[in-house]
Amino acid sequence: MTEGKASPDTESGPARSMAWGPRLGWDRGALARRTTALPKPVKWTLIGLLVVVLYALPLLELPIISTPDTDFGGVLFTVASYVLVALGLNIVLGYAGLLDLGYVGFYAIGAYTVAVLGSLQAQLSWWLLIPLAVIVTTISGILLGAPTLRVRGDYLAIVTLGFGEIIRLTALNTEWLGAAKGITGVPRPPSVELFDVPHLEWEGATALIDLDDTTSFLSFGVADQAPYYWLTLTVIFLVLGADRMLRLSRIGRGWEATREDEDAAELMGVPTFKFKLLAFACGAFIGGLSGALFASRQGFINPESFLLLLSILFVAAVVVGGAGNRWGVIMGAIVVAYLPERFRGFEEWRLLVFGVALLLLANFRPQGLIPPRRAKRAQAVDEQLDALEEGSARA
Amino acid sequence: MSFLIDNFVELTVTGLVLGAVYGLVALGYTLVYGVLQLINFAHSEVWMFGSFAAVWVTVALGVAPGSALPVVIGVLLLALLAAMTVSGGVALLLERVAYRRLIRLDAPKLVALISAIGASFALAELMGLRDRVAGWFGLRDTLDPYVRSARDNTRFQNPLETEGVFTVGGYTVSNVDIIIIVSAVLMMVALDQFIRRTRTGRGIRAVAQDSEAAALMGVNRNRIIRATFLVGGIMAGAAALLYLMRFGVTRWNAGFLLGVKAFTAAVLGGIGNVRGALLGGFVLGLAENYGSALIGSEWRDVVAFLLLVVILLFRPTGLLGESLGRARA
Repeated sequence: MTEGKASPDTESGPARSMAWGPRLGWDRGALARRTTALPKPVKWTLIGLLVVVLYALPLLELPIISTPDTDFGGVLFTVASYVLVALGLNIVLGYAGLLDLGYVGFYAIGAYTVAVLGSLQAQLSWWLLIPLAVIVTTISGILLGAPTLRVRGDYLAIVTLGFGEIIRLTALNTEWLGAAKGITGVPRPPSVELFDVPHLEWEGATALIDLDDTTSFLSFGVADQAPYYWLTLTVIFLVLGADRMLRLSRIGRGWEATREDEDAAELMGVPTFKFKLLAFACGAFIGGLSGALFASRQGFINPESFLLLLSILFVAAVVVGGAGNRWGVIMGAIVVAYLPERFRGFEEWRLLVFGVALLLLANFRPQGLIPPRRAKRAQAVDEQLDALEEGSARA
Repeated sequence: MSFLIDNFVELTVTGLVLGAVYGLVALGYTLVYGVLQLINFAHSEVWMFGSFAAVWVTVALGVAPGSALPVVIGVLLLALLAAMTVSGGVALLLERVAYRRLIRLDAPKLVALISAIGASFALAELMGLRDRVAGWFGLRDTLDPYVRSARDNTRFQNPLETEGVFTVGGYTVSNVDIIIIVSAVLMMVALDQFIRRTRTGRGIRAVAQDSEAAALMGVNRNRIIRATFLVGGIMAGAAALLYLMRFGVTRWNAGFLLGVKAFTAAVLGGIGNVRGALLGGFVLGLAENYGSALIGSEWRDVVAFLLLVVILLFRPTGLLGESLGRARA
């Protein structure tokens, strides 16, 4: 279905024009059409360039974008881990339509698996810990999902919220898990020091290579956070690929059908419960992975790192960006993670500003920054139907 | 186990006191959910503002504990009035700023939830930064007793002295305990009658049942929604004063956990069910107290959430079922 057919030029009254619709704001369709229309070599070169720029971000020290007060590599890592989490939550929330307010629980399980088995109770190797963390988290996702996914939508939100809190409080109250003082000495990824790469230094609009400020390629230390960012970025690309394949497969269509109308999907032979459970497991997988990365970057975790607030920020990232659209949620995660870091100077005010921003975004961009195309199509059809109904009512 | 048996009466009474507060706050969640099917995430901030209003009244009047009884009653009534007014006002503001546009556009529920989360952040932070906000207007020194140490606990000087009234099973039940439980039950009965008998109450039930049909029958939906928020806010204001009388401190971010608990109470009783809210509150308060006596007080919140999960799995509509619309006239 082309964009032209999808957004019929309906008569819109004054109230209609206020509504959120495809005509308001940035028309992503146009951009997408233009990029797909490019010849293949050009397209791949552009994508390649983008990837290179993304990897080079911590070295470029771009004016304006870079954070003056904190290590930019660290900020980028934070942003990247939010992106990863948002991609995971997007499967649960955006694709399958399950509101999970306890996503931080999976993040915590991933982080704690790495910390407990890597430092507190055993000293396993990092290469073993990451798969272990992912497996444990996926299993916990299935264990949580199996009983709870039968309850209705809104209740699921509260049950998962309870789950997130139970995980945190259990960690807080159990001596074996480090209790309130947390766990130190979480293993870092093994370093392979190959060569040093210099950073740039900006004088006005000219960039100079600053040989005094270098990042050692793949040494996972404490001071320089750029390697962690590279690691997470690589994971994000892998997850994006898997996400795309899942979305376009039978599973992705199953999720979409389940989200739109569970009863109809069930009648059409879609095993909705299995698909919901699968979405939960996939979400838990990615959540656990990002939690594990977080723990191995931080080197230290305690229950305070996994407050309920974080769950809510994750949901905010997904919904602000546009649940169901992977580029949208990436954008949302960047907004939620980057803005507070960039404006650390206004430390005190940033949460207030964040709250107001969420409020405004929800009210004036309710479909998210970049809504999924399907939602725009559905919206256009709805508008058409409304217009027809109004027309017949008037006649 | 023996701790539970030895202190059974105390645990029961304090559980009921806590449950009464949960129940009153839960009303706000239950009413809004019943009418709009939305989780009003920012309701906890409505309660928090009410608690500060009550504190400020006592600070402004500066009544020492042990004053004459009529003075004490007057101060408490004024504090109650202030808390109810402020909470009701914040609830109305919330409806206007966070919900009205989205309701009109019939936006997805999730978006309304995000909007409410944003409002909740903004309101809590505003209270946490009240010294700075007063500074903008150059009022920081004038308002010092109200805005100082904005990020710390704020104490409530209860003008009513806590006195034991009678002793049961080794626990002396105080006047404050009795006031809280009795007034919560009374308010719940009053609200129940309001919803059953008045014109506005009938409107609330009609909109909860079928908002389109209600609109066709001449119910002003927007007015009913506003009334729902206002009533929920007023109840939260009352809950704020009762809470302060027993627990004595509030702070800018105190709403969050209480809000989650109150929501749990609402779901326990059957969300959308007004009577269920109080029942859910009492059950939750008691379960928390007994549970923490059995396995240690650090597991108190875990008990609350586990109870919620278990109830939802085995009786998903809550103890009394969801029935704001179905309540008999």
